[in-house]
Amino acid sequence: MKTLVTGLIGLAVMVALALVPVLGPRILVQDLFKVLCLLVLALNWNLLAGFAGLVSVGQQAFVGVGAYVMFATTILWGWDPLAGVLVGGVVAMALSIPVAFFAFRLNGAYFAIGTWAVADIARLSFGQWRALGGGTGTALPRDATREMLGVDAVRELLGVSAAAAVDAMTYWLALLLASALLLGCWLFLRSRMGLGLQAVRDNPVAAQSVGVDPTRLKALVFLLTAFATGLCGALLFIQIGRISPDAAFSLLDWTAFVIFIVVIGGIGTLPGPIVGVLVFYGLQRLLSDYGTVYLIALGLIGIAVMLFARRGLWGGLIDRLGFDPLPLGHAAPQKSPRDIQEERP
Amino acid sequence: MTAFLEVQGLIAHYGDFKALFGVDLTLHQGQTLAIIGANGAGKTTLMRATTGIAHVTGGSVRLQGRDITRLSAPDILSAGIAMVPEGRRLFPSLTVEENLQIGAHSRKGNGFWTLDRIYGLFPILRERRTHPGTALSGGQQQMVAIGRALMSNPTVLLCDELSLGLAPVVIREIYAAFPTIRDSGTAIIVVEQDIGQALKVADHVHCMMEGRITLSGRPQDLSRAAIHDAYFGVNHA
Amino acid sequence: MIWLDTLVQGMMLGGLYALFAAGLSLVFGIMRLVNLAHGDLIVLGAYLILGIGTATGLNPFVAAALALPLMFALGWVLQTALLNRVLGDDILPPLLVTFGLSVVIQNVLLQGYSADSRKLPVGAIESASMPVGPVTVGVMPLITFGSAILVILALNWLFYHTALGRAFRATSDDPVTAQLMGIRPRRIFAIATGIALVVATIAALYLGARANFDPSIGPARLLYAFEAVIIGGLGSLWGTLAGGMVIGVAQAFGAALNPEWQILAGHIAFVAVLLVRPRGLFPRAND
Repeated sequence: MKTLVTGLIGLAVMVALALVPVLGPRILVQDLFKVLCLLVLALNWNLLAGFAGLVSVGQQAFVGVGAYVMFATTILWGWDPLAGVLVGGVVAMALSIPVAFFAFRLNGAYFAIGTWAVADIARLSFGQWRALGGGTGTALPRDATREMLGVDAVRELLGVSAAAAVDAMTYWLALLLASALLLGCWLFLRSRMGLGLQAVRDNPVAAQSVGVDPTRLKALVFLLTAFATGLCGALLFIQIGRISPDAAFSLLDWTAFVIFIVVIGGIGTLPGPIVGVLVFYGLQRLLSDYGTVYLIALGLIGIAVMLFARRGLWGGLIDRLGFDPLPLGHAAPQKSPRDIQEERP
Repeated sequence: MTAFLEVQGLIAHYGDFKALFGVDLTLHQGQTLAIIGANGAGKTTLMRATTGIAHVTGGSVRLQGRDITRLSAPDILSAGIAMVPEGRRLFPSLTVEENLQIGAHSRKGNGFWTLDRIYGLFPILRERRTHPGTALSGGQQQMVAIGRALMSNPTVLLCDELSLGLAPVVIREIYAAFPTIRDSGTAIIVVEQDIGQALKVADHVHCMMEGRITLSGRPQDLSRAAIHDAYFGVNHA
Repeated sequence: MIWLDTLVQGMMLGGLYALFAAGLSLVFGIMRLVNLAHGDLIVLGAYLILGIGTATGLNPFVAAALALPLMFALGWVLQTALLNRVLGDDILPPLLVTFGLSVVIQNVLLQGYSADSRKLPVGAIESASMPVGPVTVGVMPLITFGSAILVILALNWLFYHTALGRAFRATSDDPVTAQLMGIRPRRIFAIATGIALVVATIAALYLGARANFDPSIGPARLLYAFEAVIIGGLGSLWGTLAGGMVIGVAQAFGAALNPEWQILAGHIAFVAVLLVRPRGLFPRAND
């Protein structure tokens, strides 16, 4: 029953969001597109760090690879950029296999550094690709996006310019990706495998003893999130229209922000990334006139959350309500880490 | 005789599990007290609660009249209670001598126990002084653990399961050091599953079961049958 | 002979990276804390030296000496007020807190000093060089390298020949039993982080004297430093020096082939070493 109500609310929100390009101004479409992409990245990172215990600081590798592959298929081979998005996702996933072989040998904090180094290797390597502008990068030809499959139909339907139609298209695709991922996460986390993953997170030894193979599950999550992150990266750069290694493999834009979004919203909870992305967007708008102040605020809020409300805003809300409006099946309560007991209260 | 260490109504939890249900015990100066009981009787929790490692949820611990119940482990050590923890727990990165020296980490001033006296008590340790602590045999490691606790010059020494996993001949060798320790003025509490050994060294015995003291008395006053019953819980005393 | 020259340059650079890494290695070895703000703390140290130098007109070397106690105090406060609260079995909170700290430090420096590049004015010594055997080496890189060796020697002496070092090792082995010895782990951790920031300040001096710096360069230095620590093996200080050498030499040879390949070559060396030895070159036995 509760699931049904939640589902209906979700559907209503989705329909309302889908109507934004029809009813709203173009600037709102562009803003919400970025928010949806950050949400996709946050859902992925939350799945990795919050559920699989893989604290990656190198997700920008998959954003960049997805984006670069989309550019390559479009510019060098003349494909439709939308096909390039799919190929971008697939290549990102393919790349995640050797990355996993390397990074999974490192545990805990080493994993974070290992993934980061890999992302930096990717950034520097793609900077050597002369055909795509080397270190300075290149722009997507205007015609390529305007001739994208479906742009004409959207133009006629909404009666807008080609550029606005491209914005609407990418927006809808981002909405579709975010919705699919949200639904996918929810189904996955309630499935046998998802429950196994949460069991591994809460108690690896016990989970192993009842037949859950943590490494295989984690590898699966790593691969799937690489795919979705690659798709998102390619989509992002259709809209941005210009690529360079520093922008496509930006630690700040595609990983740091995402980490703060998840932490503030509530790591290890499904709605956490949604809450976090809203807070992030609000903060960015509110402090947009003060340069980097919003980054300082973001960092301080992230630290405060870790100190005082480890499960973020959503986790705090659940604690206050006394029940979880969006339960994940048999999700176990996250145990607070056992502090080294020294001074007793 | 003055009450040196006085534990009253001590309650402690091991995680969510209540492990001590109001334990009382009194230790007099120069006395050696043995606490015996089966696995899970709460002996180790009592030791950990007394030294500030386990969380005390009720009752009190007083040392020479001073309330030390809620002090931190380092403060309780400074007050004069040292422990030889269960499983010895030597520091693997430290040599034998460093393991001994670290026992005196927060000691102020001089006292009876010095490196030389410890080496006098357990001569084998002098030969092994540069070896890593954990490279020694179980019995030698136990000697290091006792020496390490003595290096703080405690007024009360707690020994948790000294004989665990050791051969009888080694156990006898270790307990042979006890008269010297007692003569240095240190009161001792030994926690043992080995009843015979406990009865030999102690001048007072408590038997614990399920977080409570079920039997107390002087070894010579307690019948084998009574101890057996208290230990195995056939008949609550 | 050119390759010998490149090798020597790489080793000098490796000395700098070892200085970046030594504080990290110390903190990681004692409390298993991965401090993602270490690079930014080094940059902060460089600005502090610059600030003291500008205010007093003192030589950067003297200014750095004055900065040492301040940075020690900062480390102490950081550990006591922030990091001690998030240490535990879960590695996520310390990672995220130090990550937040990294972003905060970077952007506070950006607000205060703008994105302009700065340099510590060390004077004529900057361009001086001297022959060492068949190759010519800059005096500053040589001093940097020598300082790295001295710092590693000093830390090793502290670790293995002092009561404090004994307490460091005991706490690292078993914090609960260490408390039974009268050691207060939180205090030990605060001292360790203070010392790590003292080393970071020394690193900052050479970072700022060698090349331009700006508020954004911290994370890249952190990455090189971490690669050095991981290559060297957890908690081994000499290993960290060796790890710094590997990264430095790889970068120097990469740069010799093509200036764009400098950083890439360092990363590739890191990955290659870990593929062959996942626990680094000199792993500690009991981990």
